[in-house]
Amino acid sequence: MIELFKNLKPYRRSILLILVSLLAGILLELYLPTLTASIVDIGIVNNDMGFIFKTGGWMIVCSLLAGALTVAVTYLTSKVSVGFGRDLRRRLFGHVGSLSLQEFDRFGTASLITRTTNDIRQIQDVVNMILGMMTRAPIMLVGGIILAVSRDATLSLIFLASLPVLAGLIFLIMRTAIPIFRSLQKKTDRLNLLLRESLTGLRVIRAFNRVDYEKKRFDEANEDYRDTGIKVNRIIAVLFPVMMIVMNFTNVAIVWFGGIRVNEGAMQVGNMIAFLQYAMMILMSLIMLSMAFIMIPRAQASATRINEVLDLHSKIGDPEKGRFAGAAKGVVEFKDVTFRYAGAEKAAVESVSFVARPGETTAIIGSTGSGKTTLLQMIPRFYDADQGSIRIDGVDIREMSQKELRAKLGYVPQKAALFRGTIADNIRFGNGDIPPEQLEAAIATAQASQFVSSKEGGIEAEVSQAGSNLSGGQKQRLSIARALARKPEIYLFDDSFSALDYKTDARLRAALRQETGDATVIIVAQRVSTVVDADQIIVLDEGKIAGIGKHDELLAGNRIYQEIVASQQTEGETA
Amino acid sequence: MTNKKGPGPAFPAGANKPKDFKKTLFRLLGYLKPQRNMLIIIAVMAFMGTLFSVISPKLLGEATSSIFDSFMKGTSVDFAFLGKLLIWLLVLYTVSALFTFLQQYLMAGVSQRTIATMRKEVNEKLTRLPLRYFDKHPYGDLLSRAVNDIDNINNSLQQALIQIITSVITIIGIIVMMLFISPLLTLVVCVTIPLSAIVIRFVATRSQKYFISQQATLGQVNGHIEEIYGGHQIVKAYGYEEKALDTFDEINERLYETNWRAQFMSGLMMPMMMFIGNIGYVLVSIAGGILVLNGNIRIGDVQAFIQYSQQLNQPMVQAASIANMIQAALASAERVFAVLDEEEEASELPALVDPNQLHGSISFQNVSFGYDPENPIIRNLNLEVQEGQTIAIVGPTGAGKTTMINLLMRFYEINGGRLKLGGADFQDMSREQVRSRFAMVIQDTWLFNGTIRDNIAYGKEGATEEEVVQAARRAYADDFIRTLPDGYDTVLTEDASNISQGQRQLLTIARAITSDPLILILDEATSSVDTRTEMNIQKAMNEMMQGRTSFVIAHRLSTIKDADLILVMNQGEIIEQGTHMELLRQKGFYADLHNSQFSEGQDEAV
Repeated sequence: MIELFKNLKPYRRSILLILVSLLAGILLELYLPTLTASIVDIGIVNNDMGFIFKTGGWMIVCSLLAGALTVAVTYLTSKVSVGFGRDLRRRLFGHVGSLSLQEFDRFGTASLITRTTNDIRQIQDVVNMILGMMTRAPIMLVGGIILAVSRDATLSLIFLASLPVLAGLIFLIMRTAIPIFRSLQKKTDRLNLLLRESLTGLRVIRAFNRVDYEKKRFDEANEDYRDTGIKVNRIIAVLFPVMMIVMNFTNVAIVWFGGIRVNEGAMQVGNMIAFLQYAMMILMSLIMLSMAFIMIPRAQASATRINEVLDLHSKIGDPEKGRFAGAAKGVVEFKDVTFRYAGAEKAAVESVSFVARPGETTAIIGSTGSGKTTLLQMIPRFYDADQGSIRIDGVDIREMSQKELRAKLGYVPQKAALFRGTIADNIRFGNGDIPPEQLEAAIATAQASQFVSSKEGGIEAEVSQAGSNLSGGQKQRLSIARALARKPEIYLFDDSFSALDYKTDARLRAALRQETGDATVIIVAQRVSTVVDADQIIVLDEGKIAGIGKHDELLAGNRIYQEIVASQQTEGETA
Repeated sequence: MTNKKGPGPAFPAGANKPKDFKKTLFRLLGYLKPQRNMLIIIAVMAFMGTLFSVISPKLLGEATSSIFDSFMKGTSVDFAFLGKLLIWLLVLYTVSALFTFLQQYLMAGVSQRTIATMRKEVNEKLTRLPLRYFDKHPYGDLLSRAVNDIDNINNSLQQALIQIITSVITIIGIIVMMLFISPLLTLVVCVTIPLSAIVIRFVATRSQKYFISQQATLGQVNGHIEEIYGGHQIVKAYGYEEKALDTFDEINERLYETNWRAQFMSGLMMPMMMFIGNIGYVLVSIAGGILVLNGNIRIGDVQAFIQYSQQLNQPMVQAASIANMIQAALASAERVFAVLDEEEEASELPALVDPNQLHGSISFQNVSFGYDPENPIIRNLNLEVQEGQTIAIVGPTGAGKTTMINLLMRFYEINGGRLKLGGADFQDMSREQVRSRFAMVIQDTWLFNGTIRDNIAYGKEGATEEEVVQAARRAYADDFIRTLPDGYDTVLTEDASNISQGQRQLLTIARAITSDPLILILDEATSSVDTRTEMNIQKAMNEMMQGRTSFVIAHRLSTIKDADLILVMNQGEIIEQGTHMELLRQKGFYADLHNSQFSEGQDEAV
């Protein structure tokens, strides 16, 4: 967590101001009982009404000042802690954007979202609390003790007994409670998980008549949570009364020993009353401090999760000086490329070599886990090869800047991703120079004209967050249009037609063939019908190339390809 | 992570106002009824504990007065009297603390039990709601009701209930004590009360306003984060990182603006109240000093007054936050109750028929159905399916093929006509009886967070190890399972993201095999599963279909051609039915569909 606090640096001036204001405010507050003491010891004892009014006036001035200072502190802490949260959120968001796919997948989308939202929130709250409460409490504690000692050092010895007792008791209770708090958190997570599952798995659960089973699972978790909740709250129930007892016993001791001191003539009664106030302030600050400590472990966990992300740096970087690929357009060459996911035993892609040429369609086919998608995703450098190299027009892609490299590509993923904005925004997608005609053409080629024009506002129709107001097929077509609109040198389609019905699929592919013209097209495909007319088909099996050739050639001599075809088209061929 | 509340908002957003305060309150209190006796005991304890703590400052003041009097008179301090007084005080403090402890201790049980009951109720309610309900209500909303709202109620029960009792008793007790000591000085203290009220009102309304706009902006920030993270690949591939960051900066900045204001406003409460407390303190010091001078009261009474005015401050602040807490809790309770009040699936009695004796024939007799009964999408459907037949359902995406699944699995009730299984009317059987004879393998490959073994065994209660492995073999899943480091004990993550989509599908097939159904519902679509795995899936499905009545959402020509009957669906309706050859001859929608899908491949292939 300390690591993250370094981000507070830009706010050091405000923090200094907070500390100074706090100190001043607390001193003023601590001064009040002193003034009360003098009202008693001088005003009352000497029967001096004027003195009482004068001192009272001072007291009002002091409380006004103290109040104003506290407001200032609150203002500053709000700005600092929220500003800190804003900065950290931005840093994390920017950092996540820089991660390569491999690093990104290590955490998963959901987890990264939680880290950027909730976890940052937790840290922000703790910073707010530390600045407001945790700095206040120690100052109050020390200031109170100093004033108490300066009033009457002998009587202050009482604190020597009560402070350690209070601290010790708080420590003991906390030590018992905090681990249970942690397990309570885990049980909360479990409960939420079960609820989420029972909602997402609704149909399956009902289909298999496992409603009672799910109920039982939930009840167990629920009861477990309840019992732990009772336990932890019972422990916390000890805390408050114990603190009250220590505080009150201290008061009694002050009056008793104060009585003795007054009797000896070593102390005045007003001082004793002031002393009672100090005792209250000192012990209260200790209690506040202990409350604050409850929050720290929770924030600690958040800090760890945030740091995990921040400490992970993308292994895929840009070269010092990017080389620019030459005039030839879009020759993609894999040379003996091997890639293995972190921690994986087997290589996902092994010794793959092939060349994809402009004006040609290269299709990649193979079973699940054969490495097709990985292979495709290596071209935009979502992953870097462990061995071998990928070249575009003869230049190793690692020698190009990522920006330049990706500008050559039109990538369409399996799962279409759309963003809030208009349809046009989504197709332009950060590329403002695309002229409207090109936009329209891309939409037409992607077979999206019809549904786009049926939307209110046409291409200016609003797309809601993550495209939730569009169907799967519509999203996929817009995602294809996005790639087309850029007129890239190289098209990468990763099984991008799966959400389309047959008719649209066929029409789309026919239109694509004309549109892609001189570009290099690389398609990862499921259906044999998608690949039959490709210029070359690469058959992948367990990361290795099991064959390259045209449909007829492979059909004649490649066992794996034959199996694939057989599984899909037995009927079609005999017909 | 649970959604813990933001930065100590004593004032949750104003959108949280319950609509019918009284009704909801009484209903919520109804949940406390079983614990009524316990609550009475707790209330008594809270009363006692507070009472004793209210008396003690006065006693402590007596002690101070006694010392001061001796001092003024110049006599020795009366230690015998002082000692007796202080011992009494020690006893009082101890008893008060004990009561406070007991009351908290007991309350922990009451609130947790009440909440556990409510949570259980909600969970069970969800199991009884018809699927129709879930179509209309997003999961996120339901989850938030079941988790956040119940959490909210829990917090309020735990704290507010006791605080109401103690606050009220403390305020009354202190005022009585103060009046008893000095009505005049009480008046001085009471001057600060309207001041507090004004401050609380001022701060509360303002911070509420900021909290509302903060929540709205927070939603936008979270939405943007979700979207950009969700589309990470595309963002990278199209070099959109900077643009995304720009948008983020803009929303993040707006969040900052509302957030610090909200934080500041709610943070103002404490210092403002402390300031008012200090004013009260000063006033008491001055007025007290003068009264002591005039001999109206004793010095210890002033000391007691100082303590009282400080003690009075706290319940005042609390009262403000309690009011808000209760309001938020009631709003939450209202949302929870709304779920509990939803119309359930009609309850039914299991039929006397033994579903295990039924044949696998299905008959649709004049069946009509519509998600909205006003707009039936299936009208007067008549269909006879003999045991062992295969029915292929074809049609473009979104044609309503899942509607058929929904009716067969009885996720939805038909609006008219009869649907029979083995000659027995669906309506005469319980849903469980109907479903026990079906198994489905659909595209939504739901698996739960647990071991692979448990997931496969899910299809049949008490499935043995052997049955599990056997099912996995027949689903061609055994091989890949064994290559996993923990084999069958591999724990699937929540979204089963630690295995591939194809592997997930194989597991759902294995699960269906364990349940050994009479009738199968299959979705052949294997959008992310491909050829060789698909071949395995195909083989597994074919084997499973042997001798079973099967409804297949068909994507393969082979399945379609072999089917005993093809149902062609478009735009939610069954538009054609017949065998492959019959339908081709009709030259209708099916013929079109068939040509567009298969002709191209055929031409090239042959």
